[in-house]
Amino acid sequence: MTGERWSKTFSLALIGVASFGSLLPIVLAVMNAFKTTVEISTNPLALPTRFHWENFASAWRNAALGPSLLHSAEVAGLTILMVCVTAAPCAYVLARQQGRGWRILTFYFMASTTVPVQLYLFPLYFMYAKLGLVNSIPAVALIYTAMFSPFAIFLLRTYVLSIPFALEEAAQVDGARPWQMFFYVILPMMRPGLLTVAIIVGLNAWNEFVIAVTFLQNENNITAIVKFYNLTGQYSTDWGEMLAAGVTIVLPVVLVFVFLQRRFIDGMTAGAVKS
Amino acid sequence: MWLFALPALLINVFIILIPAMLTFMAAFVIWDGVGTPVWAGLANFRHMFDDPVFWSALTNNFIWTAIFLTVPVCIALVMAAALLMAPRSRVVVQTIIFLPRILAVAVTGRIFQGMIFSPATGLVAWLNERGVSIADPLANPDLSLYAVAAVDIWHWWGFLAVVFLAAMRQISVDQIEAARLDGAGFFALLRYVLLPGIRPTLALMLILTVIWSFQVFEFIFIVTRGGPAYGSEVLATLAYRHAFFEGDVGQAAAVACVMSLFGLCATAAYLWLQSRDSSHST
Repeated sequence: MTGERWSKTFSLALIGVASFGSLLPIVLAVMNAFKTTVEISTNPLALPTRFHWENFASAWRNAALGPSLLHSAEVAGLTILMVCVTAAPCAYVLARQQGRGWRILTFYFMASTTVPVQLYLFPLYFMYAKLGLVNSIPAVALIYTAMFSPFAIFLLRTYVLSIPFALEEAAQVDGARPWQMFFYVILPMMRPGLLTVAIIVGLNAWNEFVIAVTFLQNENNITAIVKFYNLTGQYSTDWGEMLAAGVTIVLPVVLVFVFLQRRFIDGMTAGAVKS
Repeated sequence: MWLFALPALLINVFIILIPAMLTFMAAFVIWDGVGTPVWAGLANFRHMFDDPVFWSALTNNFIWTAIFLTVPVCIALVMAAALLMAPRSRVVVQTIIFLPRILAVAVTGRIFQGMIFSPATGLVAWLNERGVSIADPLANPDLSLYAVAAVDIWHWWGFLAVVFLAAMRQISVDQIEAARLDGAGFFALLRYVLLPGIRPTLALMLILTVIWSFQVFEFIFIVTRGGPAYGSEVLATLAYRHAFFEGDVGQAAAVACVMSLFGLCATAAYLWLQSRDSSHST
């Protein structure tokens, strides 16, 4: 075999092994979600002999997945809305304004993304408790907005940077005010960026754990992730039902990912790739 | 113009900056989160330094950092190179290896507990029945940290590989072809062409890895809660336990401050790298 053919064969073998490793736990989870607990402990690697859809029915009932999925959607939706509304204008000025103050502000947002949650979680919790904001979905969405908007600002900023300045100059000559410039010139050009932001922020809010488990504690506002976490443990016994609940919670995310994978990957790797 | 930035800034200051400063102050008081804080001077720090769990948690953070600076980075580099050489499978394989990254950590953690590590229902049980005798690593204080790290690596390396692949694709095709004509094999190509070609991206990911390694919380809290016997405790889970399970916010704040201190050096490097970059692009 020539060196090049060898490299290629070796690459394909690696890819095969790696894909198998990535898929194995997921496949096991989906497969066993359709089995009874007895079947699972007899052989976790065996295919289900019969599809036990009742695992999904009882997971839906016992875990009250309906309401908690709705809460997750509310949190994610509110967060997307608040991030887009606050990050878009901020990205615009950070891209276009020069000067020391703006550089410091850019720096500040960048630094805030590297701060560990534990550095602000505890006082924030007791502040929220005093203000009666614990167990409030909008209040949690506000925390997510603070956490995720720097990402959105930097992503949207690159969109603004790619808009030719001549467009704004033309609008300026026509006497457009800054807010008109933003709404009629910049915002339409930002639209693809806003969609990416919505997807990534929505995913992060849907999956978020630390804040949700700390700030949402009762049935009327608990998210699906927290509900799932509370119901299950290391020593759970009904794995069939538990896996069915997990699959149900993850399924919407996976479906959106498969259809929009280009956007997901571009959004999540944005800023990571240097030239 | 400031009005455009104001809403985002205000939310950030209210949620992150002010509470972060309060944490710094709380490190010097005795406070249960509800009553009146009592000035304590350096007592929280003294108490923390006397606590063996603090030292083992700190050590675990260093181990975690060492693991994540090497294992997933090596897997990702090799896989990115492999994907570069097999362009036809790229889209499908990228989707597959990226998939673990988008699953909720709470669900991933439970899947690994039940389907992989469990001695009753997991891969471990399956192997045991076939004569390969291994115990549940999550139940072993000496192994639990590594077992959780394995879950996080599974979730993380695909993302890294996709990032590295994107960076490798910016390397000129001529350069790669020239190396191939010179007879460079897979690893020679990776070592002498691809690796130098993606150095800025690699540097950024390593710095971010250090920052994140000192913040690691979710996987450990969900899978082992820092146990058994504090075997997988890290600073973030220790701080959380102090604040919410023991009602000792001052102690929690002290741990959080130490934790941030370690991330701070990496954050400085990160900001330096990013600002150098943004002054190039604007």
